[in-house]
Amino acid sequence: MSEMLQAIFSTSFAYSVLRVTTPLLFAALGGLVSDLAGVINIGLEGMMLAGAFAGVVVSAFTHSAFLGLVAAVASGVLMALILGYFSLKLKTDIILAGIALNLFASGGTVFLLYLVAHDKGVSTSLASKVLPQVTIPILDKIPVLGPIFSGHNVLVYVAMIAAVVVWYYLYRTPAGLRLRAVGENPNAADSVGISVHRVQFTALIISGILSGFGGAHLSMGYVSWFARDMTAGRGFIGLAAEALGGRTPVGTVLASVFFGIADALSNYLQSLSIPSEFIQAVPYALTVIALAVYARQQTRKRARLAKLSQNPEKKAA
Amino acid sequence: MDVLLEMKGIEKIYPNGVVANQGVDFSVAPGEIHALVGENGAGKTTLMKILFGLEQPEGGTITYKGKPLHIASPHVAIANGIGMVHQHFMLVPSLSIAENVVLGLEPKRGLSFDWKTAVSQTEELAARYNLPVNPTARVQDIPVGMRQKVEILKALMRGAELLVLDEPTAVLTPQETTELFAALKKLKSQGHTIIFISHKLREVKEISDRVTVMRAGRLIGVTDTATATERDISRMMVGRDVVLHVDKPPTTPGDAVLRVEGVRYVADTGKEVVKGVSFEVRAGEVLGIAGVEGNGQRELVEILTGLRKPSAGRVIAAGKNVTGKDCRAVRQAGVGHIPEDRMTHGVAGLGTIEENLIADRYDSKALNPRFLLSLKSVSELGKKLVKEFDIRTQSPKTPVKMLSGGNIQKVVVAREFSANPKLIVANQPTRGVDVGATEFIHKKLLENCAEGAGVLLISADLNEVMSLSHRLAVMYGGEIVAVFPNADEVTEEELGLYMLGVKRMKLAAGSEAS
Amino acid sequence: MKKEHVFEVVRSLVAILLAMLLGFIVTYLVSKQPGEAFQSFLTGPFTSPRRFGNLIEAAIPLTFTGLAVSMAFQAAQFNIGAEGQFFFGATAATIVGITVPAPGWLHPILALAVGGVAGAFVGWIPGVLKARWGASELVSSLMLNYVFFRVGMYLINYHYRDTTAGAMVSLPLKETSWLTQFLPPTRIHYGIFVAILAVIFTYLFLYRSRWGYALRMTGLNLPFANYSGINTTSVITYSQVISGVVAGIGGAVEMLGIYHRFQWLALPGYGFDGIIVAILARNNPLGIPLAALFLAYLRTGADIMARTTDVSAEMITVIQAVMILLVTAQAFLAGWKHRIVVKEAKQSV
Repeated sequence: MSEMLQAIFSTSFAYSVLRVTTPLLFAALGGLVSDLAGVINIGLEGMMLAGAFAGVVVSAFTHSAFLGLVAAVASGVLMALILGYFSLKLKTDIILAGIALNLFASGGTVFLLYLVAHDKGVSTSLASKVLPQVTIPILDKIPVLGPIFSGHNVLVYVAMIAAVVVWYYLYRTPAGLRLRAVGENPNAADSVGISVHRVQFTALIISGILSGFGGAHLSMGYVSWFARDMTAGRGFIGLAAEALGGRTPVGTVLASVFFGIADALSNYLQSLSIPSEFIQAVPYALTVIALAVYARQQTRKRARLAKLSQNPEKKAA
Repeated sequence: MDVLLEMKGIEKIYPNGVVANQGVDFSVAPGEIHALVGENGAGKTTLMKILFGLEQPEGGTITYKGKPLHIASPHVAIANGIGMVHQHFMLVPSLSIAENVVLGLEPKRGLSFDWKTAVSQTEELAARYNLPVNPTARVQDIPVGMRQKVEILKALMRGAELLVLDEPTAVLTPQETTELFAALKKLKSQGHTIIFISHKLREVKEISDRVTVMRAGRLIGVTDTATATERDISRMMVGRDVVLHVDKPPTTPGDAVLRVEGVRYVADTGKEVVKGVSFEVRAGEVLGIAGVEGNGQRELVEILTGLRKPSAGRVIAAGKNVTGKDCRAVRQAGVGHIPEDRMTHGVAGLGTIEENLIADRYDSKALNPRFLLSLKSVSELGKKLVKEFDIRTQSPKTPVKMLSGGNIQKVVVAREFSANPKLIVANQPTRGVDVGATEFIHKKLLENCAEGAGVLLISADLNEVMSLSHRLAVMYGGEIVAVFPNADEVTEEELGLYMLGVKRMKLAAGSEAS
Repeated sequence: MKKEHVFEVVRSLVAILLAMLLGFIVTYLVSKQPGEAFQSFLTGPFTSPRRFGNLIEAAIPLTFTGLAVSMAFQAAQFNIGAEGQFFFGATAATIVGITVPAPGWLHPILALAVGGVAGAFVGWIPGVLKARWGASELVSSLMLNYVFFRVGMYLINYHYRDTTAGAMVSLPLKETSWLTQFLPPTRIHYGIFVAILAVIFTYLFLYRSRWGYALRMTGLNLPFANYSGINTTSVITYSQVISGVVAGIGGAVEMLGIYHRFQWLALPGYGFDGIIVAILARNNPLGIPLAALFLAYLRTGADIMARTTDVSAEMITVIQAVMILLVTAQAFLAGWKHRIVVKEAKQSV
């Protein structure tokens, strides 16, 4: 037990929390933007996976981590465009389209991996690049904070900035206002001349950009290779974080960090041979519980309202 | 007189063949409040949808400010200074009033949405037009009357000079209506022109300068409000086109099969839409409830049939207290229900005729002789009812949505009547149904009645209620405002006055219509 | 009406052909031996009894999850949780297979039953949350996949793991629990009869029972079902529970028939495949085995192609994805459909 506590209260643990939270945060923010626009994005997982794969392959062929990152983001966007084209133009059910997108990415990456690396498991035969680590001057000299916050790969900081940017975009810009209006009442938006499809397409593309970053972090920062299905459900955890966070940026960030802690903890526990499965199940279980509690509250609220509005003269039973 | 808007010879035929507007001429002078009145289905809303670019007419021209105008979409209408406040508000509940008002025209500062300017723009607009609102309040937290003001502000924000209000008072409390009227007068004094769609003649008299009356898709007449009485307008609205003749057998009503005692219903908006309604329906009689739609009939029917729970009061159907019980319990008590909207409640469109016919008895012993549903029994029942109720189809296994409106309604009627109900609640039973099917349904309704069922008939169609009912009641503003023990002694004009809220009887509370 | 029906079939076929065409184009671009690849893909499954056996074996789990998903779809519910139900059913059956001593005829029945109950439990949670409080069954069933994946992994790893084996696998199931592979050299096992029974059961349930009727009407038009006196709350719950039973038994069958010891380290994906099976079969239980066979044929063909040529089998996953996208795209070929409808309307006037 003390071993465990020691591990949790170490700076290296906090450092790893930031590292594992990053991909979850990217996915969650992507999920948030599209969800608020009224297009639930089940395809986050596939978008991230495509990004992770493209980053590794392009960086290996161009010998440039930067071009790898660009390719990762571009492929996230490409996936978003596919999803948007089918769900918005061809009217495929958005859920089924998202599921299809995940299958597409899962199969497509392995198929291509075999072509370029002649391996169906990992890309270690490719000399892919990793993203630069950033040492923050001054901060890195400060005890405790330095080892926690300094020395991460660049995308960890991009994720933090992205959270602020997403918040700003959604709540402080005209485009964000329109996006939220479209998600909540498309007829209202349409009646004042806002193109609902264009706004939703934009939201999906933003979702794709963020997922691309998330994927790049996995394969070019977290580790330095691509492995089949390496996202391992992080896209879904992102959706869970967004749902648990009550569809707000702050809540989404907090839920992502919480899930990040659970993830980091499970890694630690594994090394201490304590069953990590339960901790790994926590994010999902908690989301189901939160969903149920929230839905129950809504039902009760409605019932209470109905009671309040009843006349004082009680119905004679 | 100046003319701001002139619509000439407007024709509109919907894809299902309904002729909604037939050579309608409509003109509005600048700076007036012009009431557009008519019964349900008279074509008022269609005409306004054409003006706002939501529907395209098959014929006719629109001249606006002296120039011909082709209104291809609402954006064209908005760009030309035409604004519309729909019956269902187009607002985003979680956003503030200011955000709703400026949506699509957001003020910016740099990249940011300029919240302060949005608030001040809204405040300014609200002050100028005497439509006080709190710009920072969220739409979801404000009452309906306030939401309507937001809708009007939205239209004004977009530079609307001509404002169309589609039944704006339908959802308002009396106080809110007073406030709205004050605001409309203010708008008029500032040079705006308003088209006001309504059923309520008292309001029309109070607010409008001129009235255009429509009936059955045609223009009936235009008159200055000041010179016309409510009676005049009412007569123009409810003229009879076709005289339906039904041989109504004489009746000796039996015991009460439905007793409604002080039923009230308060909607989510806080508005009381059913205000203490009491009446009885006896075996072997048809009680008709006449009234313009939206006066609480729908809520009342849904309460009687288990689709909605009342806020107060009691419902006794066939001797059983079914207050607040679900549809199943109400059906088991012996109540058949022809719902207002057959595609929502009456049938499953993708299901076959057979499947729709057994919906109320799918778990009966007769259809489940052993463990499974007996396809043979289902099919026999289907064939029998298709024949008996003259449902025109190639096969009982045809999906219901392939049938015509009249035949779909016959499927509903066949199911409900074949269950031998003690009470039939029929809400607009022949709306959108062809003449042949209408006659058939009327005949079946009276047959059932003669065999001892009690019938509660709710209809906005005066022909229908008057020719079928033994007794008549009128619902207005959530209340029963008139009762006629002998339906044959009532004239249409008389009924119209009650339906439009011009007159009301003094009825002892609790003993209404019994 | 008939023409509309024909149109739907034609549209699905066009979608399937387009998806496969895409696969062939990709193969042509990347392979040094595209001809051989095509050939082994299309005819491979019929070149030996063993390979044909593989096709049948692969169709069995797909049939179960396809039935499970279609049951939920018929009630207008999503069941993305078939994946977790299948997995947890397999876990439960594994435990029964390892621990319970029982005679040969009873043991598999017991294991299947427990697998079904496990699946039912996983399905019940989103069902009851939706029915009682309106919580989205989509999100909850999706999340529960991962919850029960972890729970299953914990049970196997910490309680039933074979520590002598090199890999992370469970102890072997007692032979009494196996579903006999009765057609050597194939691995076709008695599970095929369980699958056939499941198809018959689902069909009878949906189309010949009062509960199935209530379920379908709820799916077609919920307000109508309520109005008719159907208890839609309970319908929504039991549609998910029965869906879970079918998926759970499917997982158990796979374990007892093919694997004989638990060796999955990730969700095997049959639940998601079930979605496409259900879509292709238009949720008709009698069409499910055909759709499952078709998918299994593509799968087996792809595997053979991967073994004999330089094209990897994952291409088939891509083809499947494109199929889902196109078959369910309502606006795909809609212009053509509109013309047919208009023409028909004109003729009937």
